[in-house]
Parts: sequence; structure tokens; C-alpha cells
Amino acid sequence: MADLTGSDLTAAKAQDDVAAPPSAPRRGGAAGLVRWDTAVGALLAVLLLCSFGFVGDFGNTLNLSFLIGNTLPMAVIALPMTMLVAAGEIDLSVGSVAGLSGAVMGSLWNAGMAIETIIPLCLLLGLVCGLVNGLLVTRLGLPSLAVTIGTMAAYRGIAQIVLGANSVTDFPQQYLDFGSGRIPGTFLPYAAIPWAVLAVIAVLVLHATGVGRSLFAVGASAEAAWFAGIRVKRLRLSMFAATGVVSALTGVFWVLHYASARYDNATGLELSVIAAVLLGGVDFDGGKGTLGGAIGGVFLLGTLENTMSLVDVSAQSQTVVTGVLLVVSVLGPRAGRQLARTVARRRSAGSGSAPAATG
Amino acid sequence: MKIRELAIGAVLVLMLAATELDNGSFLSVQGIKDLLLNAGILVLVATGQAVVVITRNVDLSVGSVLGITAFAAGDILQDGGNPVLAVLAAVGLGIAFGLLNGLLVSIGQVPALVVTLGTLYVIRGVDSLWVGSREITANDLPASYSGFGHDGLWAIPYLGLLAAAVLVVVAFYLRHYRSGRELYALGSSPEAGRLAGVPIRRRVLTAYVLCGALAGLAGALYLARFGNVDSGTGSGYELTVVSAVVVGGVAFTGGSGSVHGAALGALLLTSINSVLPAIGVSSVWVLAIDGVLLLAAITVDRLTALRVARVLRNRAAATRSLRDHPARTRRLRHG
Repeated sequence: MADLTGSDLTAAKAQDDVAAPPSAPRRGGAAGLVRWDTAVGALLAVLLLCSFGFVGDFGNTLNLSFLIGNTLPMAVIALPMTMLVAAGEIDLSVGSVAGLSGAVMGSLWNAGMAIETIIPLCLLLGLVCGLVNGLLVTRLGLPSLAVTIGTMAAYRGIAQIVLGANSVTDFPQQYLDFGSGRIPGTFLPYAAIPWAVLAVIAVLVLHATGVGRSLFAVGASAEAAWFAGIRVKRLRLSMFAATGVVSALTGVFWVLHYASARYDNATGLELSVIAAVLLGGVDFDGGKGTLGGAIGGVFLLGTLENTMSLVDVSAQSQTVVTGVLLVVSVLGPRAGRQLARTVARRRSAGSGSAPAATG
Repeated sequence: MKIRELAIGAVLVLMLAATELDNGSFLSVQGIKDLLLNAGILVLVATGQAVVVITRNVDLSVGSVLGITAFAAGDILQDGGNPVLAVLAAVGLGIAFGLLNGLLVSIGQVPALVVTLGTLYVIRGVDSLWVGSREITANDLPASYSGFGHDGLWAIPYLGLLAAAVLVVVAFYLRHYRSGRELYALGSSPEAGRLAGVPIRRRVLTAYVLCGALAGLAGALYLARFGNVDSGTGSGYELTVVSAVVVGGVAFTGGSGSVHGAALGALLLTSINSVLPAIGVSSVWVLAIDGVLLLAAITVDRLTALRVARVLRNRAAATRSLRDHPARTRRLRHG
């Protein structure tokens, strides 16, 4: 009797294992019918159509270039951040690295250095910041969350030491034009071109090379990835380094775009980037997600902010919306998965009892 | 982990003594009082945060909760409300937000960091919408209320006494109550805790509610201490609180540390903020020092943990070889 119930359980469990994985993503209610990143893309399209249709000033060239220019910092950092999150890590110090790079840029400019030497130095500084994060995480085995909360404060603090309460604004005009101008005849800012190049590289690396596959493998299970011959630590370290460089680059762009180098540039940028990446369907626990989804999330958030300010929704309500979106974007997939699992279990329990009764 | 608290205490005493040598007026009655006044609020919030971190979670929304509850208390007092009612309202509002965070984390099974990052935004946004450009100044408050935030017995402010009382109660609960021990158990290993019958969701919820309540109380006291509250009050405070807790030896990985460690961490961070101006260092250094201290604390924790693990492994290996080769026992005992 005991044996029978035992085999019954095993049969049900085996059925569950066989049936659940392929069917779960599709059967999980509304959230499981389509892929999450496709849904984000569709939502973005709907939002864009509504904004073009109903918000008067949305469609003009000036506003579109504002929208893209203001969203670009988020969009640039989202590229390496997606890779980090896919590999099961996170970097909260990106906003501070951008601020530090801007502050150093300002103080070196004040010291009379040429901007052509300053920018590479800032990128080098970003590399060092990223390496510090990465070495603390990989060599000491510290959680990336704790490390980057620490470096978030430390880098911002160093920026404050470097520049104090000053702001530097007198950068050369052709660089400022690059930061805020747009390609003649279009609504695209100049800076959208380097971003597009970076985005293509990032998509290729994450979705078409072994490095990308390794990142997902590390995020799904670092130990399994290590046994499969992936150099987990080196991979993570290089991702942190890349995030540092890209954040520093964003800091330089921020200074040129807003024509002001201050120590508190890009404060809170890490929050919007992470919100956008998670909104784009990249799993916080690692191993899942697409760059397309993350970029969709970034522009969804950026467009939402732009449209809301056009229809006179205050900045404060926008904060509420960002926060709610962040919570919903992590709660949604989990709730969907939970639902899918319950449905699959009920289904397999129903079909599992039939063979047990006959046998 | 007693060593950790002793070490922080020693650093604190050394730092204060060195500052006193450099600047003789630093440890005057008023100086000590200011130090304790500034530390009191941070100690309260850090105590609540420590309880949450012990369960292997985190609450990043404490700064926003402190801001909104401070304004709520001020709003009641401004209209001539009862001070007790104002404090209760602040604590109640804090509990409501703690409940929200706790439900999302425990029922929703969402990573605590992401959820509380979201509620950090949401609560701050709601606060700004409600407050707008209004602000509460010390003139709007009854004298007795602001008095509580400034006065005290000789060098010890009432605020510090209150914080110490809360600290003792929470420490006693964590140490001597079954449900308090269970917070450590589930933080140390959620899976083992579940198998041992710990009601994980309820305990995590309790931790968040306690953290919210203490943040609310801290909000009411912030109002009494500073008298000046607007929509930006408490922003960025979560960073200081988390630093204090981690510097105080409560590990992010859960299950270890104590609330008095967190309180010492809070005292250390506040003291640094007071010491720097006293020895003539610009206050722009404060943020960087906080961050570096946090990094140093987690690094030291990790290195100690690795060392302890190695010692235990060696000892286990030695015991095993003694058991397997009895002949060597004598040699080892004599050696």
C-alpha cells in the first residue's frame, strides 16, 4: 500500500517534470501567453501611438530630440547592466561613477588640460572604478549588492571631494554642440550614433557569441557554469570593468549634454536604469532576459516620463509611477510563473491519478 | 561576534579621545549631548534595519518613511493636535508602510532590495505630492514638543534615553524570545528554518513592521529635534542606515550580528560626522568616509569568515587523522 502511494507520487512528480517546463511559459495566464519583452515592446508601441495621437507637442522634432537625449544616459548604462543582471550580479554604483567622471572632467578642465586628454582619462577612471567593484566581488566573494552600495557612497564622496560645490560650464563649444545638438534634418541627437553602435555590439555579444551564452549560464548557476569550464570570475570581473567604463562615458556625455559638471550629476540614475532593465524582463536572479527587452524598458520609462511632463503631471507623480512600475515588473513575472506552476501541478495531478488507478 | 562590538567600541573611544586632545571643547557637556542627540535618531532606525537584515532582507525605504512620518506628525501638531497623537500617527503610518514592504517581500516572494527600492520611490513620490512646497518650521510646533527633542538629564538627552530603551527591548526580544531566535534561524538558512517549522512569512513580516514602526518613531523625533521638515527630508538616509548596520557587524548574508552592534555602528558614523568639523576637516569628506568604512567592514567580515572556516577545516582534518591513525595521537599530544 505504502509502495503504491510512493510510486504514485513518483509518477506524478515525473509527469510534472516532463510536462511543466515546456508548457509553463505558455500556459501561465495572460503574462505567460506572450514573451515578457514582446509585451514591453507592444506597450511601448501603444504608448508612442497614444502620445503621437493625443498629446499635441509630443510629435514635434524638438520634443523627440529632448526625449531621446534625456533617455540616452539610461539607455547607455542599461547595455552593460543587462549583461550584469543576466549574470546574476548588480551594480548600484553606476550613477556615482558617472558623477565622479563628470567631476574629474570638470576639475581637470579647470586645471587647464586639453579635453582630448581629459576624456580618455575619465574612461580610464571608470575602468578603475569598475575593477575595484569587480575585484571586491570576485576575489573576496562579497555580494555585489553590498559592495556597490559601499562604492556608490565612496565614489560620490570622492566626486564631492574633487569638485566641492562648484560647477564647471565653460567647455569648448563644439563638444557642447555634440552633447546637445541633433543631426541636421532629423530629430536624432548626435550622441544617438555612438549609442547605436554600442547597442549593436552589446546585442551581438550577449545574444550571438559564446561570451553571451556564458553570461546566461553563470547567471543561471555559477557552479554549473564553472564545472562546464567557464571562467566565472574573469567573466564577472570583465563585466564590472565594462560597466565602469560605460558609466564614465555616460558621465562625460551628461556633462556635455547639460553643459554642467557637478559632483551630484546623475544622482539616482542607478535606480532608473535598474527599474528599466527589470521592466524589460531581465530576471533579477540572473540567467534570463534579452537586451531588446531592456532597451524597450528604457524607452518605455523615458517616453512615459516625457509624456507625463507634457500633460503637466508633476515630477513627483512620475516618481510614484517609476516605483510602481519597478515593483510590478518584478512581481508580475513571478506571479505569472506561480500561476503557471499551480495550473501545471493541478493538470498533472489530474492526469497522474488516472494511471495510478488502473495500475 | 563579541569581538566585533568591542573593536568598534575601541575605535570609537580612540577617535573621540584623539579629537578631545586636539580640540578641548569637543567633549563638553553640550558636545556630548549633541553627539547623543544626533546618534539617537540613527540608532532607532538602525535597530529596525538590523532586525530586517538579520532575516537576510533589507529595507531601503526607511529614509522615505522617516520623511513622510515626520511631516505627518508636523501636520497634526501644526493644527494644534495632541503631541502624543502626533507620535502615534507617525508610528502608525510607519507600521502601514512596513506592512506594505513586508507583504510584498514575504507573500510576493520578490527580492527585498528591488521591492524596497520601488517603495523608496513610491513613498517619496507620495510624500512630495502631499507636501508640495509646504514646509514645517520649529515655530509651528508646541514648545514642549521641540523641548523633548533638545532637553535631557545633564548630558544625556531624553531622545538618547528613548533610543537606548528601544534598543534594550529589541535586543532582549532577539536574544530571549523563541520568535526572536527564529529571526536568526531563518536569516542564517531560510530552507533549514522552513524545515524546522519556522513560520518564515510571518517572521519576515514582523521584522518589516518593526522596522517601519521604528522609522516612524524616528520621523516623529526628527521633527522634534530639527523642527524643520519638507518634502526632501530623509532622502538618502537609507545609505547611512545600511552603512551603520553593516559597519556594526550585521552581515548582509543574514543570521548574524546584533542590534547593539548596529547601534555602535550608528554611534561611530555619527561621531565621524561630528569629529571632522571639530578637527577642521571639510564636511565634503563625510560621504566618502562612510562608503569606505562600509567597504572595509564587509571586507573584514569576509576575511574573518574565510579564516574561521579554514581553521575549522584544519581542526576537523586533524581530528579525523587522529581517529584514523591512533599511533600518532601520542606524538601530537606531546607536540
